[in-house]
Amino acid sequence: MNVVDLSQTPLRELHTRLHNLPKDTNERLWKLINVHGEHACAVGLTQPIEVHIHGHIGYYCAGMNKEATVVIHGQCGVGVAENMMSGEVRVKGTASSAAGATGQGGLLVIEGDAGTRCGISMKGIDIVVGGSVGAMSAFMGQAGSLVVLGDAGANLGDSLYEARLYVRGKVESLGADCVPKQMTPHHVAKLGRLLKRAGMDADPKDFKRYGSARKLYNFHVDNVDAY
Amino acid sequence: MCGIVGLFLKNPALQSSLGSHLETMLIGMTERGPDSAGIAVYHSPVAKGRSKLTLFNADEAYPWRKLAGDLAAALNVETDVSQKGNHALLVAETTEAKVIDWVHAEHPEVRIMGYGSLMEVYKDMGLPGDVAKKYGLAGMSGTHAIGHTRMATESAVTTEHSHPFTPAPDMCLVHNGSLSNHNNLRKWLKKQGQSFDTDNDSEVAARYFAYRLSEGATLKEALEAGLTDLDGFFTFTMGTKDGFAVVRDAIACKPAVLAENDDWVAMASEFRSLAYLPNVDKAKIWEPAPATVYTWSLH
Amino acid sequence: MSSTPFYTPPRWSATFDAHSIAEIHRAAQTGIYDIRGGGAKRKVPHFDDLLFLGASVSRYPLEGYREKCGTDVVLGTRFAKKPIHLKIPVTIAGMSFGSLSGNAKDALGRGATQMGTSTTTGDGGMTQEERKSSKTLVYQLLPSRYGMNPDDLRKADAIEVVVGQGAKPGGGGMLLGMKITERVAKMRTLPVGIDQRSACRHPDWTGPDDLTIKIQELREITDWEKPIYVKVGATRPYYDVALAVKAGADVVVLDGMQGGTAATQDVFIEHVGIPILAAIRPAVQALQDLDMHRKVQLIVSGGIRNGADVAKALAMGADAVAIGTAALVALGDNDPHWEEEYKKLGTTAGCYDDWHEGRDPAGITTQDPELSKRLDPVKAGHRLANYLAVLTMETQIIARACGKSHVHNLEPDDLVALTVEAAAMAGVPLAGTNWIPGRNGM
Repeated sequence: MNVVDLSQTPLRELHTRLHNLPKDTNERLWKLINVHGEHACAVGLTQPIEVHIHGHIGYYCAGMNKEATVVIHGQCGVGVAENMMSGEVRVKGTASSAAGATGQGGLLVIEGDAGTRCGISMKGIDIVVGGSVGAMSAFMGQAGSLVVLGDAGANLGDSLYEARLYVRGKVESLGADCVPKQMTPHHVAKLGRLLKRAGMDADPKDFKRYGSARKLYNFHVDNVDAY
Repeated sequence: MCGIVGLFLKNPALQSSLGSHLETMLIGMTERGPDSAGIAVYHSPVAKGRSKLTLFNADEAYPWRKLAGDLAAALNVETDVSQKGNHALLVAETTEAKVIDWVHAEHPEVRIMGYGSLMEVYKDMGLPGDVAKKYGLAGMSGTHAIGHTRMATESAVTTEHSHPFTPAPDMCLVHNGSLSNHNNLRKWLKKQGQSFDTDNDSEVAARYFAYRLSEGATLKEALEAGLTDLDGFFTFTMGTKDGFAVVRDAIACKPAVLAENDDWVAMASEFRSLAYLPNVDKAKIWEPAPATVYTWSLH
Repeated sequence: MSSTPFYTPPRWSATFDAHSIAEIHRAAQTGIYDIRGGGAKRKVPHFDDLLFLGASVSRYPLEGYREKCGTDVVLGTRFAKKPIHLKIPVTIAGMSFGSLSGNAKDALGRGATQMGTSTTTGDGGMTQEERKSSKTLVYQLLPSRYGMNPDDLRKADAIEVVVGQGAKPGGGGMLLGMKITERVAKMRTLPVGIDQRSACRHPDWTGPDDLTIKIQELREITDWEKPIYVKVGATRPYYDVALAVKAGADVVVLDGMQGGTAATQDVFIEHVGIPILAAIRPAVQALQDLDMHRKVQLIVSGGIRNGADVAKALAMGADAVAIGTAALVALGDNDPHWEEEYKKLGTTAGCYDDWHEGRDPAGITTQDPELSKRLDPVKAGHRLANYLAVLTMETQIIARACGKSHVHNLEPDDLVALTVEAAAMAGVPLAGTNWIPGRNGM
């Protein structure tokens, strides 16, 4: 295991090492300590390595992640796993706003709460939140799944495209064009698999599904109030 | 644009370390605001009938003793003054209003940074850590303190435009964000009798809240009125004599993190500023909801 | 006495002119705002209102050809390990695959590469064709993040964080259903045929303090190799440039109201944002006040048409210009060759701006495969290269006439203005006088 002390090693140096690991590298396990709210940590990874971050981390941790597994043993700032392509990012504590923003793939698990705009503009990422999510989550969500074991704040799924939203707790309010949808056996099975992947002990049947009413897909003057 | 921090102590046993905790919090916001820093500390209340003012003049050789002496003679009251950097702490055995009128009339070259019965305000150019050291923040004890680090936006970088803004006794406001209707609001507030020192949008917000409070609103009511009357993006942290409040606008794009345990409540633009507070691991950590006023009081 | 009836010619209102009346009729009929492409069409103060002071008894010109007049530009010297070296001070502005056909993007890449300059991706991401045909490619990071991915980020030569564009500062991208084909939809993760609603703010940062952190992230992902540009529409240029510098930008791209868009509301285009002529001087002032002029480079765009415009922008302090509309025209947009088809669309060559409908006879602002075929990327690439060559030569002619051995040595003192507005905006005297209106204020 490689232990990197971020109070000694500049972030740039860490990233140069991580970004240049050969495809068949043996250096698959990394531990980062003394992180102290550093921004842009473990970003742009491309190999199926495992990075454990011990402490509280700043903005954009694991940004644009590909293939790697990143575990944050603490809280994280704005935009964790933003634009992730594949791999897995897990936050043991809470996440700030815009968690998983514009993510295209992979799995983001937040064991605590997530702030506002969780999954904003999501494009294929799967996000599973053990706690609650803040207001305006899944805003303009295009694809992927957002699963919330706790509650969802105001304006969930505002301006939603095709992302699927599952909430077990209360939803404060739904955003424009976001409506409750049926939970068919197909959805229950799919959700069950996702919860299992995320390591969450929850019964998919306890969740309600939300999705796009698709009324805003083509501009029409009758919808002018929604704009 | 900038970073804001605030610390409000519930447990009196922590009061002696208020300043050192705030210094750490302030330094955590250096990247967000490298141009200048400002702090407001609520400590060492003066006796009844007295007032405390923080004064500023860029010249560190400014004759503060003489000013204090002249004031004592002019108003026939006891005064005491001590210098810190290019600020001076003046205590006078009279109301703030009388001192302020005298200073404005006799010494327009002196700027009044803050006033009240316990609030002290220091604002200076430079890195937050350097400003904190210059004014001995780490050695200050007290009940609550608020800080701000600044990267200049739509107005020039001078301490005149620095936060916190202090429009009323023992009241201060720091702001992260950018208002969009402050010019019209300034004109309206002028008509209500408020006067302005800068063209800064945050000063408009501060004087707006001062106006509401002076019209009898509670802290909560004043901030809620602000949610309707102020347009734009904001996270505000406000300090009053015995109160502490945080509010975000309805769109909530500017960051804010709150942490609370039995000993303290703290606020910062980023968690990194809260990371070193005592027992932060046991604190409740959450982000203030949009358009919601959070207030705490010593009583 | 005459017995014929008294004749008064019909009189148009200057306020309720033909265009305004037609627009009200259209709004009443459809219930939707007018959407079109292009930039501001109404007359605003522009480079035509400035003139150069050529050689005289006190200033001596350079000979053409033999006496060198340099045109090269280096962008991104502030932080990037690999700054961008361009042979000419004209770049191709960001335009998306989606708003433009694949052939058009290919042609832009070819023409730009031939002349040693860069192209820029747009809202929707990077296509393989453009990366292949364009030797120097700038990759945009927009609020929508359609198609954004780290592999393309690493393949790019520079990254452009788009805060806004001149046609619609404060507005997001717009692409209507007829242009959201299978390929476009797949790149953007959208259902085929819908009207794309785009965000106007970035999803994970708002404001210069958070932009600073975002730029940090982009640098860490790409190991500090590539220059980071920040693009803004011209509104408050002094503050926007100062903040972009403070946030860590290597290059600032400033787009005036005449800058084009593929599609947005006409009211947005015509009434929000300021002309590039009014924006350059405050932008350069901000750089100078921060002692960053020439250290953080400035690219300006919005209505650049000829070498005189290029030279004037450089004289006012820009390091380079970008062309969008002009580049499309060079490829063949609005060519009279297609006049019959323009007539069928209810317009005429030179006026066609309904690019959002995707029915472009020239095959440029369309996704229709039959129409796109009409644009041969190789031939069109040559046309663009020719145009870029002319722009460069015209700039050099003017620079040499002013005694400059490099186009960057053009300066405000080489300019005078024909109108009071232009003099005030550009900060140069009215021709034949010493007078610069409003010199005391900004």
